[in-house]
Amino acid sequence: MTKQDQIATTEHRIVGTRPVRPDGADKVTGKAVYGADFYLPGMLRGAILRSPHAHARIVSIDTRKAEALAGVKAVATNADFPRVEMDEIDAGEAGINVDRAAQMCLARDKVFYEGQPVVAVAATSPEIATAALDLIEVRYEVLPHVIEIADAMRSDAPVLHDDLDAKGPSNIAARLDSSTGDAEAALATADVVATGRYTTQAVHQGYIEPQACVASVSGDGQAQLWCSSQGAFMVRSVVAAITGMNLADLRVTPLEIGGGFGGKTTVYLEPVATILSKKSGRPVKMVLSRDEVFRSTGPGPGAEIDIRLGATKDGILTAAIVDMRYQVGAFPGAGAGAGVMHALGGYRIEHKRVTGCDVVSNMPSTHAYRAPSAPQAEFAVECAIDDIARQLGMDPIALREKNAVRAGDTSFSGTPHGQIAFMETLAAAKGHDHYSAPLGPNQGRGIAAGWWVNHGGESTAMISIAEDGTAVVATGNPDIGGSRASMAMMAAEVLQIPMVKVRPIVADTASIGFSMLTGGSRTTFATGKAVSEAAAEVVEILKARAAMIWGVDASRVEWRDGEAHCLADGRDEAPLGIKEIASKASKTGGPISVEKSVYPHDAMPTYAVHICDVELDPETGHVGVTRYTAIQDVGRAVHPSYVEGQAQGGAVQGIGWALNEAYTFNKEGRVDNAGFLDYRMPVASDLPMIDTLLVEIPHPTHPFGVKGVGEVPIVPPLAAVANAVSAAAGMRMFDLPMTPARIHAALNAAG
Amino acid sequence: MSYHSPTSVDQAVELLASRDDARPMSGGTDLLVQMRSGRLKPGAIVDIKGIDRAVGSRAQDGGFVIGAATPCTELLDDAALCAAWPGVVEAANLIGSVQVRNRATIGGNLCNASPAADSVPALIAAGARAVVAGPQGERIVAVEDLLAGPGWTTLGKGEFVLEFILPVREPGSADAYLRSIPRTEMDIAVVGAGINLSCDASGTITAARVALGAVAPTALLVPDAGAALIGSKLDEAALTAMGEAAKAACRPIDDKRGTIDYRIAMSAVYARRAAVIAYNRSRETL
Ligand SMILES: Cc1cc2nc3c(=O)[nH]c(=O)nc-3n(C[C@H](O)[C@H](O)[C@H](O)COP(=O)(O)OP(=O)(O)OC[C@H]3O[C@@H](n4cnc5c(N)ncnc54)[C@H](O)[C@@H]3O)c2cc1C
Repeated sequence: MTKQDQIATTEHRIVGTRPVRPDGADKVTGKAVYGADFYLPGMLRGAILRSPHAHARIVSIDTRKAEALAGVKAVATNADFPRVEMDEIDAGEAGINVDRAAQMCLARDKVFYEGQPVVAVAATSPEIATAALDLIEVRYEVLPHVIEIADAMRSDAPVLHDDLDAKGPSNIAARLDSSTGDAEAALATADVVATGRYTTQAVHQGYIEPQACVASVSGDGQAQLWCSSQGAFMVRSVVAAITGMNLADLRVTPLEIGGGFGGKTTVYLEPVATILSKKSGRPVKMVLSRDEVFRSTGPGPGAEIDIRLGATKDGILTAAIVDMRYQVGAFPGAGAGAGVMHALGGYRIEHKRVTGCDVVSNMPSTHAYRAPSAPQAEFAVECAIDDIARQLGMDPIALREKNAVRAGDTSFSGTPHGQIAFMETLAAAKGHDHYSAPLGPNQGRGIAAGWWVNHGGESTAMISIAEDGTAVVATGNPDIGGSRASMAMMAAEVLQIPMVKVRPIVADTASIGFSMLTGGSRTTFATGKAVSEAAAEVVEILKARAAMIWGVDASRVEWRDGEAHCLADGRDEAPLGIKEIASKASKTGGPISVEKSVYPHDAMPTYAVHICDVELDPETGHVGVTRYTAIQDVGRAVHPSYVEGQAQGGAVQGIGWALNEAYTFNKEGRVDNAGFLDYRMPVASDLPMIDTLLVEIPHPTHPFGVKGVGEVPIVPPLAAVANAVSAAAGMRMFDLPMTPARIHAALNAAG
Repeated sequence: MSYHSPTSVDQAVELLASRDDARPMSGGTDLLVQMRSGRLKPGAIVDIKGIDRAVGSRAQDGGFVIGAATPCTELLDDAALCAAWPGVVEAANLIGSVQVRNRATIGGNLCNASPAADSVPALIAAGARAVVAGPQGERIVAVEDLLAGPGWTTLGKGEFVLEFILPVREPGSADAYLRSIPRTEMDIAVVGAGINLSCDASGTITAARVALGAVAPTALLVPDAGAALIGSKLDEAALTAMGEAAKAACRPIDDKRGTIDYRIAMSAVYARRAAVIAYNRSRETL
């Protein structure tokens, strides 16, 4: 059973309840239209020829035989994209570099990873398209390749790009440095110091739906795309930039999305399908296979992190030096930036130096994965804090409480923190019965905290009231975690009508104002704010219409229980419901519809503390998670089940990083485990039910107190599991994933 | 590509013998996956599930016969088989997931000839024999003699496995199978260990067969490991000797599923654990 306790009380009628999700029926009956379910008449099927080499120069490409094959209607290479000069567009949480994104769609003069697309074909059937690939001749000059961080940093390493490092050709794409005080001196005088080199592996988001799209370009240059992504506006900007179109000429319709976790905040297929459609004059459908997903889409980065953390004997953290190297893949992707920001951001530490660099190597370019780059950095820090607690014989939560950031402390951005809730979250963890439950033999308990900054961003919402008083709520944010339910609930709460009278939809890019993609834990926060404000304006219109019907001043109308009440002196009017007002709209001024665009900058960071129990089989090195509790500061849980689901899903993904997930590459640098059989995400039987405890300290300036909840739960699990395994093993585990073989070897080495 | 569903052994043999690229199919959980991935392009598929003898399990001559194309989950419905050969049944029912096992068979598991196939060490430990049908009629072969190497069997052109024969069960006998996988299911064995043993009324082991999977190019029968148990009451010395014999027989590779060192170490651990289970089970049948 999931613990559904929430701290805080409910003063709303709908927000905080658990209604059935509006998108549920179609999903459980298989009717929901995902990327691969979309068809158009006359549609062609696309296929991609990929690089068999981890690193090579393309000498020549001969597509003549493929073009001559009956049924082939178009063949495309990178030469079909207009050349753009390293232009960054603002299309995600981080910008997207157009030229590099284009090379990840179709390689130009070099291939940088096995699986990088080289040539695309559109044909009248998938079989013909695949057969055409066999007829394409690509000549390569194979170059030495490099995959691991340390190897890529060596002075004699093969260099992928000549122009990344200002200091001269190297694989270091970025160097970051953030220091305050004199960390080295403070470490020298610390009573205790925890030291370690921690490593994590590149990890794939493992969304269950491979990328898929249909593109249709018309003769006059207008185009449409139907696809599953985390942001139709992001797709529009990247595709338009790569293919050289006007934004308004490209209409992107979001289809249902089967998971993204950050991985679908960029595109790999859509520009290719668009070019193939433009060349063939026919709609083109493209669908990745799971194998292609693993070989060519961006995972989260691996990292190597050195940490030295010092404290006084009373448990005051005084100094920290953290140096991080992120394995960003073939092009600079999800790198050390957010790691530098997040590493020590949860604690008051006077003297600190945090450095980081991005290291490119011959594997798919990394991309966002849930709280991008924070889990790696915080893993090292939370393990080191655990070591300090052990050295001092201090309770690990008490140690964190002594050092946790709180309201008024300076945040990473330099401004003081608002009413953040790290302390409350730590207190809730300390008081949880899991924390004091007895452990059996070979069992260990680990705790770890984590934080994530959360984003605001641009959002648009539109609410239109139909003639019968029902409401359509449209937003520009793909629903990856139940946001339609939350939007409908917030609108229904403000309008004070039942949720079933509100129908939420995700609109296409031509039908609603700009909305930043669904990511950064921003949608329920920012888009929810747009929805709430639009609904509040609708209420004002409804009141004005009622006032008009009654012939009273609008200030004499009150909206209560979903009805207008007349407060004018001496008037005894029966209340007017939304249905009555809406049915008279044409006589009182016309359509009742509000579109609201917002750009909030007051997103608040959120905090999570996870408690993990494991049982270790000392003979085999197997680790079983026996109990797991995710305690999380959520602001206000609009739909608690979906908030709990976020906490559970994040925890499970993090447990996967901690225990089993890793790419294996063969000697030629090819991915050796491009599938779910050997890329080992957790399966259901691996885990107990993940218990959750939601700590509700509402956001003070959000209409419903919402804070971002989707990303922070993936931050603590790496260290929570590592701390638990280390406790059970009686020795510190530094390297993820902690596979049975690795633990067995560590135990044996220790004797 | 053509698909055939013969209802007699002779038809099946004729179809298989008629072309070099014909493949027998039982559950298809290997074959179809390999075809989709482009690894295998058979010209003809001969589905043997329509042949009566190839499906179902039955008692015969005091032992059991299992049709080679019987879905693994169906074995669970045969209470007598489960009581007599719990190790064989549990090995077959570790394969994949329930959905996979509703199709997957021990015939396919054996003939796919993966070194890590789960049911194979259990079948070898059990002393199972295969009834092979072919152009020359039927022949009976010990399971271990059908294995040639990774992906290769000793079956000749036109031959297929029709049935498995499990021997007569004496009181005081039982088997067990355990495997090491990184997760709890949906993984391929890093090491598999099948043990079949008999003991007398005093608990002294009178016969034992030990077979290992995923530690060599084919599943291995390890006679020395079995011999180490015989005459003992499964005391620590016997278990240690058996474990050492198991380790000595291993010739594993390093790959994405396990390292050489880990596989060798685990062969002893899992063989010991399986032996304890088999021994306890055998005592319950006395
Ligand atoms: C998701 C998944 C998980 C899996 N997990 C496991 C696992 O945990 N452990 C494990 O061991 N395997 C596993 N497998 C592999 C597979 O399911 C098993 O090997 C299964 O037992 C194969 O049986 P089948 O009847 O489906 O074989 P098929 O696919 O029908 O055949 C396999 C091969 O044997 C040949 N063949 C089939 N029947 C005969 C016959 N009677 N005579 C001669 N040749 C024959 C076929 O031509 C083919 O080459 C898994 C597969 C999948 C897809």
